[in-house]
Amino acid sequence: MRTVIKHGRIVDPANKLDKVADLFIENGSIAAIGKAPSGFKPDHTIDAKNRIVCPGLVDLSARLREPGQEYKATIASETFAAASAGITSICCPPDTSPVIDTSAVAELIHQRALQANKAKVYCLGALTSRLESKTLTSMHALKTAGCVGVSNGYAGIRDAAVLRRALEYAATCGLVVHLFCEDEGLRNEGVVHEGMMSVRLGLPGIPETAETVAVSRALLLIEQTGTKVHFCRISSARSLQLIAQAKQQGLPVTADVGITHLYLTEIDLAGFNSLCHVRPPLRTDRDRDELRKALATGTLDAICSDHQPHDEDAKASPFGLTQPGASTLDVLLSLSLQLVQDKTLDTQTVFAALTVNPARIAGINAGHLGQGTPADVSIIDPELVWKAEKESLTSAGKNCPFLGWEMTGKVTHTLLDGNLVYEYKNKK
Amino acid sequence: MTNSNSNIQLDKHGRLKHFLTIEGLDRNLLLDILNYAESFSGVGERAVKKVPLLRGKTIANLFFEPSTRTRTTFELAAKRLSADVLSLNITHSATKKGESLLDTLRTLEAMHCDMFVVRHADSGAAHFIAANVAPGISVINGGDGRHAHPTQAMLDMFTIRKHKGDFAPLRVAIVGDIMHSRVARSEIHALSILGANEIRVIGPRTLIPKDIQTLGVHVYHDLEKGLQDVDVVVMLRLQHERMCSALLPGESEYFNLYGLTEKRLSVAKPDVIVMHPGPINRGVEIDSQVADGKRSVILQQVSHGIAVRMAVMAMAMGNLSNLDIEDADADSH
Repeated sequence: MRTVIKHGRIVDPANKLDKVADLFIENGSIAAIGKAPSGFKPDHTIDAKNRIVCPGLVDLSARLREPGQEYKATIASETFAAASAGITSICCPPDTSPVIDTSAVAELIHQRALQANKAKVYCLGALTSRLESKTLTSMHALKTAGCVGVSNGYAGIRDAAVLRRALEYAATCGLVVHLFCEDEGLRNEGVVHEGMMSVRLGLPGIPETAETVAVSRALLLIEQTGTKVHFCRISSARSLQLIAQAKQQGLPVTADVGITHLYLTEIDLAGFNSLCHVRPPLRTDRDRDELRKALATGTLDAICSDHQPHDEDAKASPFGLTQPGASTLDVLLSLSLQLVQDKTLDTQTVFAALTVNPARIAGINAGHLGQGTPADVSIIDPELVWKAEKESLTSAGKNCPFLGWEMTGKVTHTLLDGNLVYEYKNKK
Repeated sequence: MTNSNSNIQLDKHGRLKHFLTIEGLDRNLLLDILNYAESFSGVGERAVKKVPLLRGKTIANLFFEPSTRTRTTFELAAKRLSADVLSLNITHSATKKGESLLDTLRTLEAMHCDMFVVRHADSGAAHFIAANVAPGISVINGGDGRHAHPTQAMLDMFTIRKHKGDFAPLRVAIVGDIMHSRVARSEIHALSILGANEIRVIGPRTLIPKDIQTLGVHVYHDLEKGLQDVDVVVMLRLQHERMCSALLPGESEYFNLYGLTEKRLSVAKPDVIVMHPGPINRGVEIDSQVADGKRSVILQQVSHGIAVRMAVMAMAMGNLSNLDIEDADADSH
């Protein structure tokens, strides 16, 4: 099958492209940009005038809740939500039930994703068995089963020797370690950032040092072991300084931020808004501003959704008893585009953080429009205005802290391996 | 999902609908509470200790956390307003069986209660309940986690006003475990709204929360310095479990540093009053000599608690328009 996407503004940071041109797709791969390959007769033409045509987004962390919590969401429901939001590759953290610590679980997830055929799902294998931080998983087997990295999810690793060995072994297997940094002891019973809002609301606080102490410890072990580490969901300005310094030193580290942390702060907790109960906690205005800047300076490499769909009950309790996490697949792209519209960041930076950078971190052939690569493509109407409401979210999780926000920019078409997997239908 | 901290407490005419936190309320509303409490304070001394303001109304005390003092004063307050009272210790029943808080609420709503008085171990529980109850029901916060204990704060304000009259010139020190204290948080808001001259919090660094200055208080770690020239001292109860969680080394060291003794009190104003929300730990945060001494107003606080809770309940039920002053105000001031 041959498809041509005509007159679109092609934005492809991997190839430093930002120009109006036609994109040609043949047999599921990118055939050419600009001039049609000789003898190219399209079966299908998409008019992308005044639209952005970019590589399908790569999301380094989205929980799909399957297996184990299908009452919250399923691989089918969430990959469809991803497709409708222009996301074509998803990394799924290992904290499913059962945990992704055997090839069987990874294979099950890949299988279900293939059946749904809306987005490509890549597993992050568990770093330790059952995420208990005691024994190592069979990382080589996990890699063979298709895992693109290893992670301990939210589970802390108290014993530094275990972390050291896990880093060394992951490096042996050639796997990147996706590390969420939070010192369990300093976090204690905390549920929100320790600061002016934790005082007001009387909610136990998580100090900034819960993150920085864990980042520092990891950096010293990375220095020692030489393991490639990806820092997940950085939330504080002070951590950014540590990571910037490490990058300058030449350590093999990368880092990402969740979209929620680029917008919301502790102030949004007012009135005990449990939709803003997220992990890591929302911190101060200054942290939020520094996180945005760090994307421009390259200290942060990627923006992810950190999507965590929940059922209604998960958020229907007094704040401290609610489950952390926000449903954000639907808003990742629109909120990212808003950063460009507000002139906070430039187009190339934002799209690189959503496409090529996360693809490189995951080590997958995606996130760019080079000739011969799988044709995972998103077409965006940057002017289309929509409102985030329970009814307008495609994800099964309606726990989105941006409900009621007006968004500008929406995906109109998503192609996966050259096949149309989503097309926007104007309901008006 | 609930919106701003304070709005949910007021109806569309700006009248008290729920009483969840002092934060965000205006000065006149707090003064109304104190004034109504004043008019109720004589009721308990009469032969017939009742006014008919809430006759026919049903009030449910929902205590998810054990309490004797707060629960009994709420119960007495409701009975003196002629309401029917239902007291439920939920710690021992429903939630133990896996019933969610929302399920419990729906069950109680089905009993046609008009008001819930809620005490819960989690901050924000009263807000959550107020945001989820049927429209006709009022919610009074009887203490939620570390967040707020607004009726306790108001009865303390009532006690302070009885002794000192005006708030404007006052220096007030709150001493002890500020970190875990909902009483401290509510008092800080109340004192600041009522215009106290200076609010101090005194305690070890481990028990003073980060960024507490943003509430407009001065922080002291030295008890003697902090007590200098104060008009009111509020001592907070120190829970035994603080010793186990590496916040404090032990009770005797705590008493040596922060225990209130007659000697330490001598740097305060000569007419200083000493308060404590109770129950007190003699020899831990306060010396018996002070607790039972002439500056202590601890027992008065308890009896003021009934009048203040009557005022808040009557206001939240909107039943003060037919307040019969003759009937209620047997003993003015």
